[in-house]
Amino acid sequence: MATERPDHQRIVITGVGLSAPNGNSLPEFRHALLEGRSGVSAFETRYFGPTVAGVCDFDELRHQKRKEVRRGTRAGSVGIFCAREAVADSGLDWENVDRSTVGIYVGVTEHGNVETENEIFLIKGFDYDTQYWSHHHNPRTVANNPAGEISLNLGVTGPHYTLGAACAAGNAGIIQGVQMLRLEECDVALCGGVSESIHSFGIFASFNSQGALAKHELPERASRPFDADRNGIVVAEGGCMFVLERLDAARARGAKIHGEIAGYAMNSDATDFVLPDPGRQAECIHLALRRAGMNPEDIDIVSTHATSTVSGDAQECQALRRVWGDNGCHTLMNNTKSFIGHAMGAAGALELAGNLPAFDDGVCHASINLDRLDQQCALPGLVANRPREVGTINTILNNSFGMLGINSVVIVKRI
Amino acid sequence: MTADEIRKAILEILHDIAPDEDLSGLKDEVPLRDQLPLDSMDFLDIVMELRKRYRIQIPEEEYTELASMASTVKYLEPKMKDM
Repeated sequence: MATERPDHQRIVITGVGLSAPNGNSLPEFRHALLEGRSGVSAFETRYFGPTVAGVCDFDELRHQKRKEVRRGTRAGSVGIFCAREAVADSGLDWENVDRSTVGIYVGVTEHGNVETENEIFLIKGFDYDTQYWSHHHNPRTVANNPAGEISLNLGVTGPHYTLGAACAAGNAGIIQGVQMLRLEECDVALCGGVSESIHSFGIFASFNSQGALAKHELPERASRPFDADRNGIVVAEGGCMFVLERLDAARARGAKIHGEIAGYAMNSDATDFVLPDPGRQAECIHLALRRAGMNPEDIDIVSTHATSTVSGDAQECQALRRVWGDNGCHTLMNNTKSFIGHAMGAAGALELAGNLPAFDDGVCHASINLDRLDQQCALPGLVANRPREVGTINTILNNSFGMLGINSVVIVKRI
Repeated sequence: MTADEIRKAILEILHDIAPDEDLSGLKDEVPLRDQLPLDSMDFLDIVMELRKRYRIQIPEEEYTELASMASTVKYLEPKMKDM
């Protein structure tokens, strides 16, 4: 049980930096979620043509020189922006932090697709002569690129790497940070997830071929988890990085604490490449609850993973019913993808972040675009279309699942 | 291309490679790396851009000819005179 651990083993969130399609800071993002403001817009990508996507508009040059932006990747820029903003939010005296004690753990759904597609497009203009292939290709596409760019930008000499965990990656990054702090591999963990996926036509084309890409004449209405008329995923870019510290260190410097990581779990379906398994999802939730020393009714908000696909949403609802039962309890359930689409590797981290202010404002944001609730998804406690004022919120459980049957759950409690 | 035109073409490439730098005071006789924060990947960018924009192939053993603006222009003049 998390509270039985000594303070040196209790891990807390002391900084949040993010870029979402509807906000470039936690206050902006939270405001948009409470206002019901979507970040999904019309978008056009190479070869694929007009579609919809969650597009970010953060200022890359706030923390990078033009040359760094040119040399690096969009995922690197997203990561740098989020990490810098998280450090600023944490109040750490960064200039005097021993950078060798900082670890960087960044979740990614994929990396390298965007850069590879770009190079192939460019050498097409040279009749596919590979001598025109950029020497920047390898440093841009190595799997550690987004974490490495953060390391370069922030001068962090502790460990840095990415965690490839499909759409469970945002939670996976957080979990890695917790584990490394507990193992004393680092004293400060910069962790979370990033997505540059909208810049890859292949991501859209593959979801489309799978029959899992959202289509709607109004972009802001396209991502509609749990709605009977949902028809697929809205791909989004974005990122969210957290500063994690041990509770004793955070308290010693008087840091604002956004919440404590009370429990977590990851497991695998081992059943299918793309279809989720509600049984394994439910097991993952139970394992996280057990590690947190909690029961289902101890959770105030469940931040669902649902991506607005016909089968995936229904199957997550099956998993949630297995844990919370058909009649439910006071536990509320919401969904962030209905606002911003599916931010892939960033999704788990962003969706947790957007809920964290509930500890302060006592409000559970909604799942929007629920015009005609699918009865398979009529979860007890589902907060539809309008936020719900609760009063006191003490716990948030954040689901994040991905292809190849990877499941992750993070539980955060108020402190 | 004349020497002046070649110099202008190199400046355009440098502007793309080092977009944060003010190139107005560039001294032609001084090595580029003594005036600009260019590393080996940047120099490869110059080689690549000359290849892409002007189809000029520069053998690796001749990369040193690109040390300064003056040496670069002198080296490229015979290769670009008919462009």
